[in-house]
Amino acid sequence: MALRQFGAAVAVALGIATPAHAVTEIQWWHAMTGPNNDVVVKLANDFNASQGDYKVVPSFKGSYADTLNAGIAAFRAGNAPGIMQVFEVGTATMMAAKGAIKPVSELMKEQGESFDPKAYLPAITGYYSTSNDDMLSFPFNSSSMVLWINLDALKKADIAAPPKTWPELFADARKLHATNPTCGFSSAWITWGLIEQFSAWHNVPIGTKANGLDGFDTVLEFNTPLETKLLEDLVELQKDKSYDYSGRTNTGEGRFTSGECPMFMTSSAFYPSAKANARFDFTAVAMPYFPEVAGAPQNSIIGGASLWVMGGKTSAEYKGIAKFFTFLSDTDRQVYLHEVSGYLPITKAAYEKTKASGFYDKNPILEVPLKELTNKPPTENSRGLRFGGMVQMRDVWAEEIEAALAGKKSAKDALDAAVARGNQMLRQFERTAVK
Amino acid sequence: MEPRAIFSGRLLPCLLILPQLAVSVVFFYWPALQALQQSFLVQDAFGLSTQFVWFENYVELLQRPEYYQAIGVTFVFSALVVFFSLSLGLLLAVMANRNIRGIQIYRTFLIVPYAVAPAVASVLFIFMFQPGLGMIARAMQRAGIDWNPVLNGTHAMILVVIVAVWNQISYNFLFFLAGLQAIPKSVIEAAAIDGARPMRRFWTIVFPLLSPTTFFLIIVNITYVFFNTLGIIDTATGGGPNGATQTLVYKVFQDGKAGSDLGGSAAQSVILMVIVVALTAFQFRYVEKKVHY
Repeated sequence: MALRQFGAAVAVALGIATPAHAVTEIQWWHAMTGPNNDVVVKLANDFNASQGDYKVVPSFKGSYADTLNAGIAAFRAGNAPGIMQVFEVGTATMMAAKGAIKPVSELMKEQGESFDPKAYLPAITGYYSTSNDDMLSFPFNSSSMVLWINLDALKKADIAAPPKTWPELFADARKLHATNPTCGFSSAWITWGLIEQFSAWHNVPIGTKANGLDGFDTVLEFNTPLETKLLEDLVELQKDKSYDYSGRTNTGEGRFTSGECPMFMTSSAFYPSAKANARFDFTAVAMPYFPEVAGAPQNSIIGGASLWVMGGKTSAEYKGIAKFFTFLSDTDRQVYLHEVSGYLPITKAAYEKTKASGFYDKNPILEVPLKELTNKPPTENSRGLRFGGMVQMRDVWAEEIEAALAGKKSAKDALDAAVARGNQMLRQFERTAVK
Repeated sequence: MEPRAIFSGRLLPCLLILPQLAVSVVFFYWPALQALQQSFLVQDAFGLSTQFVWFENYVELLQRPEYYQAIGVTFVFSALVVFFSLSLGLLLAVMANRNIRGIQIYRTFLIVPYAVAPAVASVLFIFMFQPGLGMIARAMQRAGIDWNPVLNGTHAMILVVIVAVWNQISYNFLFFLAGLQAIPKSVIEAAAIDGARPMRRFWTIVFPLLSPTTFFLIIVNITYVFFNTLGIIDTATGGGPNGATQTLVYKVFQDGKAGSDLGGSAAQSVILMVIVVALTAFQFRYVEKKVHY
């Protein structure tokens, strides 16, 4: 790789002219591993084979955070890739970088590609759009949060059906605890589930200015009695391990497949892994809600990543990228991606086509996140969120939740501290953002 | 007076130290100056807008209670790691300094852990100590200990201390063994003839004669704990729970990488540099007086 770059540099330095009809290369940096990496490579190969003018070159850059940092470093060195995959929490960072990025809606218009924002599922594109519905980045892999259920364990504990509400879930967790002494219920992605998804699902704000979508001068406000009650209940359950904390990321997911935690809240993208490893009958259902909250459940929000187009590229590269996005939006391709990877389709047509094919009758679990996302039209509180420094903010929120679960702080104090520290970070971000 | 007979002119000695000097400048002074410069700036992640703010980043930093918590964590962590890795290293070195069969094999095995990268060591220990999965964690659970490093700060601290100590023992062992072998046998034999028992021989003769090695190792170990344990903490606990294992260097890394706050991160690394320089200077000034060369 380095050698080839060196060779290319030498060729340029020596002034060796390349033929005018040369293929335009488009670098695509991504963070997909395992089977999803194969999907990325296949997409690039299929696109390259479908035409002769552009060549998409995918390269794996490590974890989501690593990929984002690699992209930032490359941009600072004047070497940014054409397309960069950035996870959802990096959205505010990318959006704030005016001049470093090229909004997707602008790109498609400039390059004359047919592009109808209405063709995409609003619950997915809303997360990556401005408040005027201009799409900033192209959704690539999306998922949502669902509740995974070990049906065998439920039967053993004599529970007729999976819980729908939080009070039902708490009661079931206590019952399951009798047969599973170390864990009745647990969850991964603690802040994504308990703060971000929870707020959208109950149609309450995380922060002002439509969760930051309308401006960086947003202020966090998720320390209300509703969130406090949830955390208080979990702290209570944590005492006897009816609820047992499983860390900030998804490293605890193995506790579901091993049978240790019979109810587990995590991403819908856990499906392939659950299918491969669980030795029991399982299903996934919608996230629980508090029935006393008016209008709940609202709709869930997405997680995952989108493709950002970097600024300062040649118009030939932009043309190629626009064509690649049109290629990705193709209905059959979206259907295929959805069925092989378990990630959600991004266009309405792809969702309808999959539904019509009867795929969900055989794989009902894959439709659960889509039903959650499209449960109701998104509101200000459930379109998504955009907080600067979100990558680290999740850690700060998680720290405070951990303090409450460990009994070091009351739930109210922990949430107050999470909000105060988060606001401090938001002001810091506002200070550094491009004016 | 030092003899200066080796070099006649000034040019050759200057040329000879040049490579070392160049390495220091490129890999130490230049980045350090860059950090200093960055610490006075407020900049977005992509470097699109830059503002000179004097000491604002420092003021911001010193107003945060998390920063003081990180200082406390760093000192507790360093004290534990340095103490245990040095004493265990010394104990093993003393044991391996005897003439028993197969001693070469024991020595080789004792050195091997040093070849394991900190992050890898961390992963190995995470497996063993993972609640519900790891063998050690399960053994503890069976023994009635509620082992839970994801939620219990003390447990998390114990976990990272174990990994860091395990990783560092070999290095200390190696130096202590070399130090022990440099102690003249005749001195110890003379003491033995005078009727001194092994414990007394160790504390009155061996340990004082080892003091240059011990002093050197204290400095090296402190530097190790302050900087090189980053990989261990990152893989084992991520600084959690609730900042219980967030050391100064890990906070520099977190704020700079995850937080994209380069100015604040640079300010922290400047402070960290001052702390380590001060600590080392203090030791050379006061502790070294107790060293017998």
